[in-house]
Amino acid sequence: MIDETSNNGSEEYITVVIAGQLFGLPILEVQDVFMPETITSVPLAAYEIEGVLNLRGRIVTAINMRRRLGVTESVDSQEIMAVGIEYKEESYGLIIDDVGEVLKLDMKNFEANPSNLDPKWAAVSAGVFRLEKELLVVLDVVKVLDIIQSQAA
Amino acid sequence: MDDLLSEFLTETVESLDVVDVELVKFEKDPNNQDILGNIFRLVHTIKGTCGFLGLPRLEALAHAGETLMGKYRDGAPVTTEGVTIILKSLDAIKDILAELAESEVEPKGNDDVLIEQLHTLSEGKTLAEANEVVASAPSKVEAAAAPISDGERDDSSAIKIVERELKPGEVTLDDLEAAFNSAPGPDDEVEAAPEPEVAAAPEPTPAPKVAEEGNAKRDKALQPQSIRVNVDTLEQLMTMVSELVLTRNQLLEILRRQDDNEFKVPLQRLSNVTAELQEGVMKTRMQPIGNAWQKLPRIIRDLSNDLDKKIDLEMIGAETELDRQVLEMIKDPLTHMVRNSADHGLETTAERIKAGKSEVGKVKLSAYHEGGHIIIEISDDGRGLNTAKIKEKILKNELVTEDELSQMTENQIHKFVFAAGFSTADVVTSVSGRGVGMDVVRTNIELIGGNVDLVSIAGKGSTFKIKIPLTLAIVSALIVGIDNHRYAIPQLAVVELVRAHGDSEHRIEKINNSRVLRLRNKLLPLVRLSDILDVEAPAPVEQKDEDGNVIPIDDSLDENGFIVVIQVGPQTFGIVVDKVYDTEEIVVKPKSSLLRNIDMFSGNTILGDGSVIMIIDPNGMANQISNDVGGDSSEEDAAEQLKKDKYSNQTTSLLLFKAGTDEPKAVPLSLVTRLEEINVADIEPSAGRDLVQYRGQLMPLLYMEGHHEMKESGRQPVLVFSDDDRSMGLVVDEILDIIDTNLNIEINVPQPGVLGSALIRGQATEIMDVGYYLPQAFDDWFERREQGDSFRQKRLLLVDDSSFFRNMLSPVLSAAGYDVVTAVDPIEALKLLRDDPDQFDIVVSDIEMPNMDGFEFAETLNKDDKLKQLPIVALSSHISPGAIERGREVGFYDYVAKFDREGLVTALKETLETEGEAA
Repeated sequence: MIDETSNNGSEEYITVVIAGQLFGLPILEVQDVFMPETITSVPLAAYEIEGVLNLRGRIVTAINMRRRLGVTESVDSQEIMAVGIEYKEESYGLIIDDVGEVLKLDMKNFEANPSNLDPKWAAVSAGVFRLEKELLVVLDVVKVLDIIQSQAA
Repeated sequence: MDDLLSEFLTETVESLDVVDVELVKFEKDPNNQDILGNIFRLVHTIKGTCGFLGLPRLEALAHAGETLMGKYRDGAPVTTEGVTIILKSLDAIKDILAELAESEVEPKGNDDVLIEQLHTLSEGKTLAEANEVVASAPSKVEAAAAPISDGERDDSSAIKIVERELKPGEVTLDDLEAAFNSAPGPDDEVEAAPEPEVAAAPEPTPAPKVAEEGNAKRDKALQPQSIRVNVDTLEQLMTMVSELVLTRNQLLEILRRQDDNEFKVPLQRLSNVTAELQEGVMKTRMQPIGNAWQKLPRIIRDLSNDLDKKIDLEMIGAETELDRQVLEMIKDPLTHMVRNSADHGLETTAERIKAGKSEVGKVKLSAYHEGGHIIIEISDDGRGLNTAKIKEKILKNELVTEDELSQMTENQIHKFVFAAGFSTADVVTSVSGRGVGMDVVRTNIELIGGNVDLVSIAGKGSTFKIKIPLTLAIVSALIVGIDNHRYAIPQLAVVELVRAHGDSEHRIEKINNSRVLRLRNKLLPLVRLSDILDVEAPAPVEQKDEDGNVIPIDDSLDENGFIVVIQVGPQTFGIVVDKVYDTEEIVVKPKSSLLRNIDMFSGNTILGDGSVIMIIDPNGMANQISNDVGGDSSEEDAAEQLKKDKYSNQTTSLLLFKAGTDEPKAVPLSLVTRLEEINVADIEPSAGRDLVQYRGQLMPLLYMEGHHEMKESGRQPVLVFSDDDRSMGLVVDEILDIIDTNLNIEINVPQPGVLGSALIRGQATEIMDVGYYLPQAFDDWFERREQGDSFRQKRLLLVDDSSFFRNMLSPVLSAAGYDVVTAVDPIEALKLLRDDPDQFDIVVSDIEMPNMDGFEFAETLNKDDKLKQLPIVALSSHISPGAIERGREVGFYDYVAKFDREGLVTALKETLETEGEAA
């Protein structure tokens, strides 16, 4: 996804915060941002799966991104935010801590994952942008959803 | 009306309309082979179908038309005359069809004239040339119907050809209708008018009066009774209705919460309309099951010839309707099963006569509705299943051990025909016996939420019973709850609901932790939904008596709740839930691909209040239950369990022996180092115990509890257990056998030296606890390690879902100097570990476990900062390079085979040493 547009020199990302880290999702892949109301937990499901929820008549599978990244779950569960994505005609919601602004980022500041990145993170990351003040990790949606695969291989 | 006939009528009328249009196009463009080909094909189809349905008059006419068109197709010059005659014959066909639609029989009369004209033209002559030949024809036609007056014909012949060419069909009908309405006389139509040159010839009118009246009738009768609709359109309609039902449910839910509301009445109306609409749309998808049976008589006839058997196929309930989607899914399995019944089920004629049966074998197929689902039965009066042969095959395919087989009922054995790769046919015929079959049948049926069962009586025949839902899209489901979580159970599987209460007659009782319910003089195995779904059951609420004193929580109160009695195939069990809410029509939505690996759920749905709940799959649950309640259930579906259950499928080699008592005892063979026979004379008593020289060392001999008779002389069998450099001998009376069995140990024997009892070959057998005897041989067997490696005894957490392995390994590991704590699964293990991350030094985990496997467990540990350091060793019965590699990736320190006792001890030692160095 990054390669396709790299010719233009820049790409737009929706920024989200998970466990204090800034992440970016390619804007074209994000359907919407919503606040999940009631999430039905699914017994026996993979650890990363928070549950299922009803978003305007569609059933959305919610993925707890903190669990997906292997970081401790947030204790204060006030209002949670989710980024809605669509993959292979199914709807998913990535549960994140906060949603930030949309950034247009110059591809010249983009580089591949540093080799010492935690394998859990490297597994879902497409690369890193060097921003002025901090770093932005680009989430690869397909890899994020690859939960079953990475377990049952 | 006959379905076939009505279908034929609809189809033919449609085709004819197309032909009308095409012919006109063709007349303008006679060289267009595409158009001609299309017309030819349509007429040919009509001819073919007529012949098939036994409609000779139509067939003859269509045939003549086809011949002429065939000539055109072959290059004969196309004349307007020819086209006109063809159009006429098409009209004649339509008339006949109209009659047919009315009376369901082909009208009498003949079309010789038309046919003759068509033939004439086919021969390349014009009608004028053939005039003389046809001259005698008019009288014939007049006999059949009154001719049309010449004058009128002339009038119409004045109409320009161009006009006629534009829209022949419509003009005909319009005029006819108008004519019919205005006057009953034989008012002629444009169409009947011949071409100018034809008019010159004394040509008889091809459309007789009778047919004209028919034409008028046709307008009504052939006004399409059915239309063809794209399946996708129907599917979409169905989806929309499903959504509507959901929205309706939501509205009703809102209304329920408000007492007086002006919306109440209109909402009720909306609700009713929605229900009707739903029913209506469902109907569009409904088809009689007979559609799936159409091919069967032919198949049976052919089989009857091929196999030289006399077979009578009886079909009952062909009109039973079911969802098109379900019908499609059931078609192949049904065909297969009927074929099987005829091929395997029925004996040859000679055999039947010998058995004193009528020589005609009977295969009976019946379908009927039963409480929201459809039951299809396929039965034959043949020889029944060959139990001996199935047994043989089971053993050959190593589906179960001989020991297990001996405990199975005949019915359980029969069910193995549903196992993969199972065919009992001696010879693989072209018909069946390829070994792929019944398992596919079963899979297909289960795919649509149905189930299949079979009953077979030797010599009398077998009956297969299939139970399938009416439709897949909307199902009626029972909403149940544990704590605040709700789940839907499809009504199809629910037999009844029982309210269980400590004081009532329906009381949940326990047999060694297995819950059962006495229900109508039978014991119903129970499981708690919270247990199978592995969710927390709510803690019992503290109850207060009238004075406000807290009543101590009675254990039996825990046993209150509702029991949903579920039947899946022959298996009946009860699910204990906290609450039962309601039944609701739910729209099944497929579960996310991330959840597809959970067998327990078949999908999810949105409830009236907008929340999403999971739909429980009774089949998945039944599989799980048969593991959980295991041998307790007499009706357990053995085949099912063995196929699906990969966890308890491990067989263990056991050494059976007798010692002390007459009851057989067993010890896992893997624990025994050697089997020896020692000379009784070599036994040296010393300090109150018996010793024997063994491999250059003194080995203490131990005796099993109970009275023991030592042989006076000769040789005595001894089981030698060794660990490092020490050995001990256990004296036994007799070594019986070594068997492989799927061990279900019941740990309820509070007797030292005995782990528990298990049923082996139908006999209660004590499983020996080696760990009990080892310290008796050497007092320091356990202690001596402690001084070696470290001052503190290492605490080890053993995670294994199999109680057998837990029990087997605990003593081994204890013997190796570890303080062993066990956990039945990673979930429990994680709980223990998180409670106090420092209490354990090392974790040993099985790989294949339900809920969370060893890999995932290791990953979870690695993710946890506090537990990251904890070394973990994998234990598995399947060791492949890939698995080992994967094990290392997720953070296992070592990977040991389950039965490699020494390997495990070494691995643990090494791991801890490495760990110690690293720290």
